[in-house]
Amino acid sequence: MARIEFKQVRHAYPPPPGQPPVYALKEVDQVWEDGGAYALLGPSGCGKTTLLNTISGLLTPSEGTILFDDVEVTRLPTVQRQIAQVFQFPVVYDTMTVYDNLAFPLRNRGIAEDRVRARVEEIAAMLDLTDRLRQRAAGLTADGKQKISLGRGLVREDVNAILFDEPLTVIDPHLKWQLRSKLKELHQQIGVTMIYVTHDQVEALTFADRVVVMYDGAVVQVGTPVELFSQPNHTFVGYFIGSPGMNVLPCELDHGRPVFHGLPVDTRHPASGDLGGKLEIGVRPEFVHFADRGIPVQIEKVEDLGRYQVVTALHGSDTIKMVVGEDERVPSENPQIAFDPEYTRIYHDDWVVGGQAS
Amino acid sequence: MAIELRGVSLRVGAERYIYETTLALEPGQFNILLGTTLSGKTTLMRLMAGLEKPTAGEIWAGGENVTGVAVQKRSVAMVYQAFINYPSFSIYDNIASPLRVAGLSKAEIDRQVRRFADLLQLTPMLNRVPSELSGGQQQRTALARALVKGAELVLLDEPLANLDYKLREELRDELPKLFADTGATVVYATSEPLEALMLGGHTATLKEGRVVQFGPTSKIYRHPETLESAEVFSDPPVNTASISKRGTRAFLSEAVSWELPAGVRDLADGEYRIALRPHHLQPAGDGVEVEGEVQIAEISGSESIVRVNVAGNNWVSEARGIHSYEYGQRANFHFDPARCFYFDAAEKLIAT
Amino acid sequence: MNKTSNPKAWWFVVPVLALVAFNAFIPLMTVVNYAFQETFGDNVFFWEGTTWFEQVLRSDRFHAALGRQLLFTGMILAIELPLGIAVALSMPRKGPWVSVCLVLMALPLLIPWNVVGAMWNIFALPDIGLLGHMLNSMGFDYNFTRQPVSAWMTTVVMDVWHWTSLIVLLCYAGLSSIPDAYYQAAHIDGASRWAVFRYIQLPKMKRVLTIAILLRFMDSFMIYTEPFVLTGGGPGNTTTFLSIDLVKIALGQFDLGPAAAMSLIYFLVVLLICWAFYTLMMRGEEQ
Repeated sequence: MARIEFKQVRHAYPPPPGQPPVYALKEVDQVWEDGGAYALLGPSGCGKTTLLNTISGLLTPSEGTILFDDVEVTRLPTVQRQIAQVFQFPVVYDTMTVYDNLAFPLRNRGIAEDRVRARVEEIAAMLDLTDRLRQRAAGLTADGKQKISLGRGLVREDVNAILFDEPLTVIDPHLKWQLRSKLKELHQQIGVTMIYVTHDQVEALTFADRVVVMYDGAVVQVGTPVELFSQPNHTFVGYFIGSPGMNVLPCELDHGRPVFHGLPVDTRHPASGDLGGKLEIGVRPEFVHFADRGIPVQIEKVEDLGRYQVVTALHGSDTIKMVVGEDERVPSENPQIAFDPEYTRIYHDDWVVGGQAS
Repeated sequence: MAIELRGVSLRVGAERYIYETTLALEPGQFNILLGTTLSGKTTLMRLMAGLEKPTAGEIWAGGENVTGVAVQKRSVAMVYQAFINYPSFSIYDNIASPLRVAGLSKAEIDRQVRRFADLLQLTPMLNRVPSELSGGQQQRTALARALVKGAELVLLDEPLANLDYKLREELRDELPKLFADTGATVVYATSEPLEALMLGGHTATLKEGRVVQFGPTSKIYRHPETLESAEVFSDPPVNTASISKRGTRAFLSEAVSWELPAGVRDLADGEYRIALRPHHLQPAGDGVEVEGEVQIAEISGSESIVRVNVAGNNWVSEARGIHSYEYGQRANFHFDPARCFYFDAAEKLIAT
Repeated sequence: MNKTSNPKAWWFVVPVLALVAFNAFIPLMTVVNYAFQETFGDNVFFWEGTTWFEQVLRSDRFHAALGRQLLFTGMILAIELPLGIAVALSMPRKGPWVSVCLVLMALPLLIPWNVVGAMWNIFALPDIGLLGHMLNSMGFDYNFTRQPVSAWMTTVVMDVWHWTSLIVLLCYAGLSSIPDAYYQAAHIDGASRWAVFRYIQLPKMKRVLTIAILLRFMDSFMIYTEPFVLTGGGPGNTTTFLSIDLVKIALGQFDLGPAAAMSLIYFLVVLLICWAFYTLMMRGEEQ
C-alpha cells in the first residue's frame, strides 16, 4: 500500500532533430491516496497511458518527481516499485496452467511453495477461477485470461498499487459489466490503490471514487463522479461525461448574468462582472425541462431510449438536447424550455466562472 | 431496394449457424440486427451480401432472386468493425476506388469524392494515408467509400465498436443523416441495445442464430414477444423471476404479492415468468415493495446501478439519483406491476 | 467463404502442369523405371525386380555414406539452431540498426551455392588461403585436403556460416510478432531473463522453429554442391555424403540401377523423417 505523489511531472518524447519537444504530459501535480479507487478518463491520445506508465516505471518522465510514501521512485525500475499492471490485451503464459500463471510472480520472488499455494487458492476463489486452476491458460476465453492477468497482480501481497490500462477492451460487451463489478468488489475487499485508465465514462464513473479527467496531456479536473457530473469545471469535462454531453451555448453577459440570444437565463452562479473572451452557458440535458415561459424552440427529434427520452431542440442555429422522463409528453404546440438555475453555469474561455469544484 | 430472406438457413458441417429465417427489410431506414457476439449477426449479413451461400432458402433483392449470385455482381457495400481501408492508398484514392472500378470519368470521380469527403469531414485529409489518421477518421473513410459506391444494400457490421465512447456517440448521430438520402437498405449490426434505440428504424433481435423478433425498434422494445426478446434487448440485463399465480394475485414469494392486471388475471393458476426492466425498479416509489440484499452499487453521474438479490433472483435497479449501499445491506425497492412483462410457460408474452 | 468457381480458371493451370510434369514427374518416373530394371544402353531393359534395392540396403558403402550424412545433419542442427536463436534474440527490434542487421543476415543466403563452396575452398587452403594460413601460422596443423577431421570441421563451419542466417531471420520474424505488453508484464512479474525466454519467447517462436528445423533438416540431408566444391567428397571418402555418393555411382560408374534404387530410398527416408517430425510438432501444438 502506498500513497503516490506526482510533483510537476512532465513528459516529452524525444523530438526529431531541430524541432521543439512535444509534451505528451504537461505538468501533472497529483496525489493518489492509499487505498483509493481512481480512474484516468480521457479520449485517445490524451496522455493517460503515458501517465500510467510513469507510475508503473515502464516509462521514466523527462521532468518531475514521483514519490511512493515520500520515497522518490522516479528512476526506480518497475520490479522494485511493487506495482501490478493489467494490460489491454490479456497477457498469459500459454504454456503454463492457470495455477502456474498465478504462482509465477510469487515463485520469481522465491516465496515458499506452501505460501504460494495458499495465496493462489485465495485469489482464485476471489476471481471464480478455482475450478480452472489445472487447465492450460491458453484454453480460456478472453475474460478468463484477463482474470488471470488480474490475478497475477493481486497474488502479490506487497503490491503498492494495481494499474489497469483499458482492461475491458477485449471483453464481450455483455460480460463487461460482470468483470467491472468484480473489480469494484475486489477493491472493496482488498483495499489496495487501484488506478484505472479508460476512455469510457461509464466504466470510469462506476468504478472510481475519484476520477481524473485528462485532455491533451493535462489534468482538467479531479473529482468524485457526482462532482464531475454536476459541477464540471471545464467545458470538456461537461462534454465528455454524460450521454448526451453537456449543452454548451454561446451567450453574452449583462451585469454578470447570462443572456442567450436576448433572453435572460437564470443561474445561481453568476459572474462578478462582465468579461471579454469566449462566453458560454453550460447546462446538462438532464437539467433542461419544458416550461410555460422560457426559451422558445423547435423540436427536431425525439428519441425513445427506453428509460428516458432525448429531445433535440433547436433555437435558431443552436442545438439544445434535453433528457425527459420515459412517460413525459413532449409538447407539440409552441414548446418552451428552461434551465435549472442550480446546474446552469457560465464558462469563460472554457473554464467555469463563479466557484469551481475542488 | 428491398431485401428479403425467405426461409434462409446456413449449416456448416454439423453446426447450424443460422436457423430458418424469413425477413423483409425495407429501404430508406436502418434495419438493426441486435444480438450478442456469436448470435449470427455477421453470418446473416454475409448471407445478405452474397459472400456466403445459404444451405436452404432464397434471397431476393429488388424483386429478383439473387440466391447464389456472387457478391461482385451485387450492389453491396460493407463497413467492418476493424477500419478496413486500402493501406497504401491515400484517402482520396480510397474513396475513389469503387468509382474507378465502375469506370467513371476523372472529373465525375473528383466531384463525387470531394462531395462525400466533405460530408464526412475528411477534406483536409485527402492526401494522407489511413495509418496517419485517427480511428474515427479511418472509419469515416470506410463509410465514405461505402457511400460513394451508391450501393443499394449497405451493411455495417458493428462499425463503431472500436471507437472511443464520445466518437461513437457523434458518428451514431450522423449515420442516419448520411444514409437518409441514398434510398439504400441499410443493415446495421450491433450488440448494444442502447445503440439500437438511438438509431431507431427496425430491429431484429437475434439469439444463437435465430431471429427472435423483428419490427419497429420501439415496438420490439416495449412489446417483446418472448422472454428471449426481452433479454436480448436489455442492458443492464432485464430482471426476471418466476411467479405463482393464485386467483387474481401473483406471488413472487410468500411475502410479496400483487394484483395481476387484466389479461393475466383470467388465465389458469400456476407458474409464470415475469420480466422487469431495471429502470422500473427504484429505491423509492409506489407500487410493490420488495426487500433484497444489495451486492454492489455503482454510481454513474446522475444514476446508480444497484445489483440486489430479491427473493433469490439477481436483479438490477437503475436508480435515479445517487444511492450508496454497503455490501450486503438489506434495502427496499419498488416497482409498478403494470410495468412487468408477463410470460406464459412457453415464454410468450401475455397481452395486458 | 464460398469462392466463386470459374471453370475457365483451369486453363491457366495447364502450362504449369506441363512444366511440372516435364521437370519433375516424368524424371521421377524415369528413376523409378531404372530402379526396377537393368540396362546396358540402347534402351534395352531387363526386369530386375527388387535386386537393386536389396543390393543397396546391404552395401557397406551405402551404410557408411548414410552414417556420415546423419552425423553431419545432426551436427548442423545442433549448432545452427541454438546459434540462430541466440543471434535473433540479440538483434535489435527497433531503431536504425535493424535494417543493417537484417541485410547482413541476408547476405550469406544470397550467394550461389557453388560460389560458397569455392569461396571456402580458397579461404581454407592451407598455404595461400587466409584461414588456412592463419591457422597454420598459429601452430595448428591444418590441411583440409589431407586431414579428415579438418575437412569435416571446415565443411560444418561453412554450412553454419551459410545457413544460420535463415534460422536467424525466421526466429526474428517470430520474435517481432510478440507484443510489448508481454515483456512489460513479465518485467512486472519479476521474471528473470531465462524465464522470459522460456515462457514467452520460445513458445511464441515454436511455429517458426518448426519450419526452420524442417527446412534445415531437408536441406542438409540433401546437401551436395557446397561440400562437393569444397572437398570433392575427400580426402578419400571421408566427406562423401549421401548425395555425393549417389552421383558418383550414377554418373561416375554409370550404375544406373543401384543409383536409382538408392535415390528412391533416399527420397523415402527424407519423406518419412519429415512426416514424423511434422506430425509430432503439430500434435504438440494442438494440445
